Amino acid sequence: MVSRTTSSYIGWSKERTVEIVERHAGERGPLMPILHELQDVFGFVDPRAVDVLAEALNFSKADVHGVVSFYKDFRSELPGASVIRVCRGEACQSMGAERLAAHAREQLAVDFGETTGDGAITLEQVFCLGNCALSPAVMVDGRLKGRIDEGLFDDLVARVRSQAVK
Amino acid sequence: MSAPVVFVPLDSAARSVGADEVAEAIVGEAAARGHEVQLVRNGSRGMFWLEPLVEVATRAGRVAYGPVGAGDVGELLDAGMLDGDPNRLWLGATEEIAHLKRQTRFTFARVGVIDPVSVADYEANGGLAGLRRALEMSPQEIVTEVTKSGLRGRGGAGFPTGIKWQTVLDAPSDLKFIACNADEGDSGTFADRMLMEGDPFSLVEGMAIAGLAVGASEGYIYVRSEYPDAIATMAAAIDIAYLNGWIGPSVLGTGPAFDLHLRVGAGAYICGEETAMLESLEGRRGMIRAKPPLPAVAGLFGRPTVVNNVLSLATVPPILVQGAEAFSQLGVGRSRGTQVFQLAGNISHGGILETAFGITLGELVEQIGGGTATGLPVRAVQVGGPLGAYLPTSRFDLPMDYEAFAAVGAMVGHGGVVVFDGTVDLSRQARFAMEFCAEESCGKCTPCRLGSVRGVEVIDRIIAGVEREANLELLEDLCETMVDASLCAMGGLTPFPVRSALQYFPEDFEATNAVPK
Repeated sequence: MVSRTTSSYIGWSKERTVEIVERHAGERGPLMPILHELQDVFGFVDPRAVDVLAEALNFSKADVHGVVSFYKDFRSELPGASVIRVCRGEACQSMGAERLAAHAREQLAVDFGETTGDGAITLEQVFCLGNCALSPAVMVDGRLKGRIDEGLFDDLVARVRSQAVK
Repeated sequence: MSAPVVFVPLDSAARSVGADEVAEAIVGEAAARGHEVQLVRNGSRGMFWLEPLVEVATRAGRVAYGPVGAGDVGELLDAGMLDGDPNRLWLGATEEIAHLKRQTRFTFARVGVIDPVSVADYEANGGLAGLRRALEMSPQEIVTEVTKSGLRGRGGAGFPTGIKWQTVLDAPSDLKFIACNADEGDSGTFADRMLMEGDPFSLVEGMAIAGLAVGASEGYIYVRSEYPDAIATMAAAIDIAYLNGWIGPSVLGTGPAFDLHLRVGAGAYICGEETAMLESLEGRRGMIRAKPPLPAVAGLFGRPTVVNNVLSLATVPPILVQGAEAFSQLGVGRSRGTQVFQLAGNISHGGILETAFGITLGELVEQIGGGTATGLPVRAVQVGGPLGAYLPTSRFDLPMDYEAFAAVGAMVGHGGVVVFDGTVDLSRQARFAMEFCAEESCGKCTPCRLGSVRGVEVIDRIIAGVEREANLELLEDLCETMVDASLCAMGGLTPFPVRSALQYFPEDFEATNAVPK
């Protein structure tokens, strides 16, 4: 949920996964909070976590997999150092979001859901960030940006890349 | 004399255009000039064309400046901003700004005024008075008061809140829930986000009152993951509410227990549908449930559950404080009270406007919104989110009223209005509506899952001029099937933007590369 750069994610750890599951075990319907925390800690939901969750929560693996795969937020692999989400909702469309979306894909040479070859940026589409009076909107690592045209998008990308180098 | 108080919004939209940088510049530039300032990060007043909007507390009240860039700060300070002196970005007394003055701030009374997580600010501005009053009332008295107010669900469906609460109150169960739907996924709507970021305690208070009213001991707020700032502010507010004993083992130390949990969605639009949200809260795929049973009878974990939108719940405390009559006397027809309208998209003065139902669509878009941001004439507006109708300017006389909109095949929904200029192609927008439905359908029912995919196909053929008449007929059939046979509003309302686009903007569906029959 709160995006961070790749460097802050830790590698797969069964112990840590079990610890997270146990901390949420007393909650009603703990699966979603657990999946969010796994992604916050590891950067994505490792397929190995499915087995651990199924056993600990007494679900079938199919049930857990079904939930993980239903929600777009849950990744199956590590994202780029930064995640840029471009809004394609109607309000943003009215201010040129489709042009911006095309520009973003072209500029980064990736499609939505993909990560640039250098691992710097994962590009995603999103339908509404709640910034509809300051369209078009994008979100960079959890930070909302408003009135983003193609030029400002390039500036954001440049800033993100220079931070990744540091 | 204490340091002057300067307000810079912490609202994520204000931050999206540089409010943090402005706040930083004010602290730095003031210090460089030997001035002390007390910086308060408030919510947004909702005038986004003026963000970042800076306010200074003066003896004569708050004075506003905007839109302020970080680079303007030095100049403003030198021109006496800390004393409220005029300069080129001076807007005068905040309360006197025409856009604010014409509003009736009922639900949004504190948004933009207070520090969102300050207990002192909250209580000094009427906070907790509704909960205190509720503690003196019987559950039935609370429900009756809410019913009398005429409050209807602000999430879009407009179901009377009091009647929903009555059903839950009357349902026998030793465990009941309050579930707040904060999965505000409709493009063009951002009032829930602003409230959660600008006055989160009002939602906590509204949920605690709902708990007292129906005998529920637990509440869940389901916020969409696309709102990280709202999530953070809401989480902080809940912690503070616990620490101060507002909720927990005993509401305000004298009432029954009420626990409140914050849950985060994961990018599924369908989870804004109440039963899909309940499934998600239970830890399952966000598949909708067939109704009946109603959530009020068998909702979260099979228990009687009040499912209400953020604004519905946050409107309850002021109703209890000011009385049902104060709310119900506002509005028109069966649409009582105020609505927090949201002006979005290609609009000059975008933001929120809380006012009584009955204001016309044209007044909102032209007079208050000031027309398009691009300066071109308005061609179409979409009201009520991705499932709402596209309307032409000839419909600008429509009053914002649930029934008046329903009568013309449109909906007020959540009160979001998205404006388009003449560059919009309504056949593309109709196609997008079907595409969006195909993308976001939970897949449970066929009309929605397959109808939407078929819809994209058929619209493509119409635009391409392939068997136009036959395909237009097919599209109408498809729309009818989706409306009549879908299990929920996703498939059931997607035809609204499609049909309205066809009805009002048929010229956009003329074939560009017509293939002769």
